[in-house]
Amino acid sequence: MRITVKLFASFREGRFKVESREIPSSSYLVGQLVADLELPVEKIGVLLVNGRHAVLEHRLEEGDVCALFPRIGGG
Amino acid sequence: MPEDLKAFLLSAAMGGLVDWQSYETARHLFGVSYPDIEQVVLEQGLFPKRYAAQRQFFQPEGQLKLCRARVAIVGCGGLGSCLVEMLARAGIGTLQIIDPDVFVESNLNRQFLCTADSLGRLKVEVAAERVARINPAVTVISLVEALNGENGVDLLAGMNVVVDALDSIPARRELGHVCRKMNLPLVHGAVAGWYGQVAVQRPSDDLVSRLYSHPGQPEMEMPPDNFSAGVAAVASLQVVLVVKVLLDVEPLPANGWFSFDLREVDLERIDF
Repeated sequence: MRITVKLFASFREGRFKVESREIPSSSYLVGQLVADLELPVEKIGVLLVNGRHAVLEHRLEEGDVCALFPRIGGG
Repeated sequence: MPEDLKAFLLSAAMGGLVDWQSYETARHLFGVSYPDIEQVVLEQGLFPKRYAAQRQFFQPEGQLKLCRARVAIVGCGGLGSCLVEMLARAGIGTLQIIDPDVFVESNLNRQFLCTADSLGRLKVEVAAERVARINPAVTVISLVEALNGENGVDLLAGMNVVVDALDSIPARRELGHVCRKMNLPLVHGAVAGWYGQVAVQRPSDDLVSRLYSHPGQPEMEMPPDNFSAGVAAVASLQVVLVVKVLLDVEPLPANGWFSFDLREVDLERIDF
């Protein structure tokens, strides 16, 4: 199965902006993607699958677009 | 408003522009404040010479709307300093600036209101002084307060637009909640190093809480990690959004925000 992963802000560092990614067909959760990308879970600000909020337990499907943004709090 | 004032301003105008000298004379002759004079100038269809360079951009109707606007700036640090400077120069009639803090040395790298002389001084007082020097036609209300869920309604009463210039996520959540309760549009902004985000939370919306919705660790106070240009870039776009909200300039995303990546030098709109 292929999904598209879009990373934003600091999540891009050492990784990519957008990537088409092959994932196992069954039971692949967003949380697994986060772990595979070695993204710090506690720093996630917004997590979208196909433009909608998703949780780590969300099961990804063929063609999904997953976007990950770190939380930004300074000013 | 004295009829004489209107007549005076009409006679003082050259090419439809009223210069600052005329404001000073009017204030002296009629005992009217600079902010009030500015409003009369614009209502008479004249234009303050100070804003001549933005007359085509804003048009007299737009400039009058800015003059009548009451904008709250919540936080007077990095983002706040930039916001105060730009909104005052644009001619926003009333700026209500809310911050409990004083300037410290480590503010000097990015808080434009901070100078060697202002170390140890209340940020909102320094802001008021700066505005008095760059545009005395702007009314500044300085509030030495930390806005929260309890005092927010009082602190933001009477405002038209609220601008987020905070430096913590919990405080932003509270601000977003208060603005939602009060049906006030909120121009959110946040910045960390190369990265930032801005958004307009529409009245009675909860966009800000959705930007910080993902459960993570309990909020930790992160030490600041910002430099001057990153802060200024985010604040500049916030000012643009404030103006667009006040002047009703589309597009204003109803359900989205702008993500800045200054390292890649790109700015992307994201819609929920």
